[in-house]
Order: sequence, then C-alpha cells, then structure tokens
Amino acid sequence: MTPPERKVLLDASGVAKTLERISRDIVGLAGGTNNLVLIGIQRRGSDLAQRLAHMIGEKRGQDVPLGVMDITLYRDDLQTVGPRPVVGETRLPQDLDHKWIVIVDDVLYTGRTIRAALDQLADFGRPARIGLAVLVDRGGRELPIQADVVGLAVKATPADRVDVLVQEQDGRDAVELVRGGES
Amino acid sequence: MTVPSLGKDLLGLEPLSREQIQLILDTAEPFKEVSERAIKKVPALRGKTIVNLFFEASTRTRISFEFAEKRLSADTVNVAAQGSSVQKGENLVDTARNLESMRIDMVVIRHPSSGAAQFLAERIRSNVINGGDGMHEHPTQALLDMLTIRDRFNRIEGLRVCICGDIAHSRVARSNIWGLTKLGAEVAVCGPQSLMPGAIEELGVTVFRRIEEAIEWADVLNVMRLQLERMEAGYIPSLREYYRVFGVTLERLERAPRDVLILHPGPMNRGVEIDSRVADGPHSVILDQVTNGVAVRMAVLYLLAGGRPELAEAAKGDRGGGA
Repeated sequence: MTPPERKVLLDASGVAKTLERISRDIVGLAGGTNNLVLIGIQRRGSDLAQRLAHMIGEKRGQDVPLGVMDITLYRDDLQTVGPRPVVGETRLPQDLDHKWIVIVDDVLYTGRTIRAALDQLADFGRPARIGLAVLVDRGGRELPIQADVVGLAVKATPADRVDVLVQEQDGRDAVELVRGGES
Repeated sequence: MTVPSLGKDLLGLEPLSREQIQLILDTAEPFKEVSERAIKKVPALRGKTIVNLFFEASTRTRISFEFAEKRLSADTVNVAAQGSSVQKGENLVDTARNLESMRIDMVVIRHPSSGAAQFLAERIRSNVINGGDGMHEHPTQALLDMLTIRDRFNRIEGLRVCICGDIAHSRVARSNIWGLTKLGAEVAVCGPQSLMPGAIEELGVTVFRRIEEAIEWADVLNVMRLQLERMEAGYIPSLREYYRVFGVTLERLERAPRDVLILHPGPMNRGVEIDSRVADGPHSVILDQVTNGVAVRMAVLYLLAGGRPELAEAAKGDRGGGA
C-alpha cells in the first residue's frame, strides 16, 4: 500500500490572508456589524470564529458577539455511527432574536453538520438571517446547503481527506489535502 | 480515535472500568447545559422508545430518568408494579418480553431483588439500565454522586469519602464504593456494627465505628438513608439513639478540621441520619445531586443508545474530513 499523498493547500500565511478576506466578506454580507453574531462550530470552527470576531472587532472598533456550538446531539447518524462521546460545549449569546448570524466552520463537506446547526439554532431563537462562512469548501454535498463566504474551494473526492490545522488545537495553521487519506 | 464503549447495558459500576466511568462523567458535563436552555430538548434519541419499569416505589429516580429521556427526545412509558399485570403474578421476563414485542429500545428497571437487572438484560435485546436492584447496585445514583463531588473538588482521585449509615442494605453505598475506588478515591464507611456487611474491608474500604472519627478524616460524607423498617427489624435500638450516636449534626461538623462536603441520596430522614441544619446548610450539595442526576442519566442513555460497531464500520466514509 502506498502511503497517502499529502499536499499543502494553504500554509500559515495563506490561512491568515484567507481569514482576512473572509472577515471582510462577512462584514459585507451582514451589511456591517450592528446585529452581527458569529457562531463557531466545535471545535475548529469555534477557533476560527473567535479569530474572525477579533479581527472584525479590531477593524471596526466594535465587539462582535461570539458563540460556540456543538452539534453532536443534533446529528442524524447516532444510529449508524454511534455516539460521539466527546460532546463539546455549547455557549450562545443570550438573545439571538433579530440578529444577523454567521455560522463559521472549518470544512464544508456533506452539509449535514450545517443542517444540524440550523436545527439547533432554531431551538435557541429566531435570528433575522443566518449565513455560513467556511475556510474550505471541499464539495461532496448531500444536502441543498451552500456557504455564503468560502475561503478556499477544493475539488476533493470521497477518498480524500481535508485537514484544517489551527494553532489552538494543532500548534500550527495550515490546510492540507490528503489524497486517499480518508480516515 | 478509540473511545471506550459502555456495551449494551448499565447494570452496575462493579463491571465498569475506570475509563468507562470517566466517559460517563465527562459526557454528563455538556448535558448539564441542555437543562439550562429555554427549550430543554435535543433530538439525540428521537424515535427511541424507553420503558421505565418500576417494581419498587421511587420518586426522584423515576422522575429524573423521565426528564433525562424526554430531554433527549425519546418516547417514554412508565410501568409501575401496582396496577399492572405484575400484580396478577406475571413474571419479570414475561412482562419484559411483552414490552419488547411492542418494539421498545431500552428498559430502565428498578426491582426489590438483587440481580433483577442482570437477569433481564440477559434475556432481552433492549438496552437495560439498572435503576436500583435490591441490595446490589444503583449505578446512576453513584455516578451522580461522583459528578457532584467532582464539580466541587475538580477531581476524585485522592479524596477521602466516607459513606455513613446503613451500609449492609444499601445499593447506593455499594455502587459508590465500586465507583469511587475505581477513580482513585480513598473510601471509608461508618455505621453501627449491625448495619455493616461482613468482610467489608475486602472491598478496599476503611471502617470507622464512630462518626466523629469519620468526620475528622473525610473530605466528603455521603450520608445514606436509614430505612426505618430496619429499626422494627431490630438492627438499631431507636431512631433517637441512632441520631445521638451516628447523626451528622452541625455541632459535629463544626469540630471538623476542614469543610466537609455533605451528600445524601434522598429521601432524607431529617433528625435521624442528618440534622436539618446540615441538610439545608452551606456544606450540603444535596440539591446539586438532584440536578446532576438528570445530566448523568442523559449521558448514560445517550451512550447506550449509540449505534452498533458493525454499522459504524459501514458508515465510516460519512465522517471523513470534517462536515
């Protein structure tokens, strides 16, 4: 068996530049920061959301409310893949009604995580609008879900794996494509 | 990543490993937050049917399980021995098999006979959770006790926990001893000789004959309920005598060298095993135990309801590369 081939799609400075652009696009999407709330999906999505909130806050001189969400309990595959025992923390701002929410995640793939996130958000309030920003869109959707802001679009097959590495969890920032590395 | 699984049933803490117990406690953490939400419900167990089969009186445990089930979106049915065909003499297995024919997924059973949960688990396909069987085990109670202790001290390892009162007849005491010792706590028991099982030291616990010694030694006291029928059976001379010698009173706690955390599984006999001023005082985490009970039971239900390993294998492609 040949070892899977690993290709760097973005290095640390590439990730930084991409996040910079995503942060601008989010502000554009939400028409400013007045009602904007960023919600990161555990775990790497929440790290990225935190950085984006910080970047936007610095630039606009206004704190951007931040939430984190673990969607494990809203997944549709408990029956088949078993529970993911590591259920992460969910901590959302008090009031989501009438807000402009942007969900942030690292990789958009089947769309099932985002479906679960939308269900979960509906149990917490009634935002004015919900958008989606992702660092990488790798294709392969199984649901009619698209991102509003995409950092990097990659054509990956189901046999490939896209690894998003973040400083907070992995000690460095990078996006890597592992051909035939499906875990 | 290999995650320890709980297997099909939760029958007691004796058969569980330290890792499995820790998995349940860790999984309970995020479930606490679910109960604080405006909409206290997640869809994790949608479509699962759970029967709460209670052959013995229970308020707290039954309601706690029912809240846990409902907050996970399971459908629940409560069967009490009174008013069911059990009264007509139907045996346990027939009752359970009939329920299973209605396509249920899980059974929570409380039964006056030790071993009833295991007996059932070996005979039906559904997941079985022991909600207390005779004098054997009451695993979810011990788990919520441990979660409450961990909340306060951020650890269990190395803590000194003394279980007080009727140890001989207490399934709560037994499950606590198994769980706490597996997680590395030092465990002691304290109570009258007549309510102490023989050879208790073999479980790796210290025995205190005097409550004052126990209080001086312990970080935590878990005060067991004195079952009043024990007095009629002659195990103790009188309730007043019991309180005088073994009661956890404010005066006794005030003489302790450190603040002792007080737990009680309920229902309490105020003025028998515990002083009202202690039960309602700053040392007590008795109501936190009740809150944690729902979270722990949600964790157990969630972990047991999870899919089967062979299906996990087949569905693996679904999880590669994030969302």
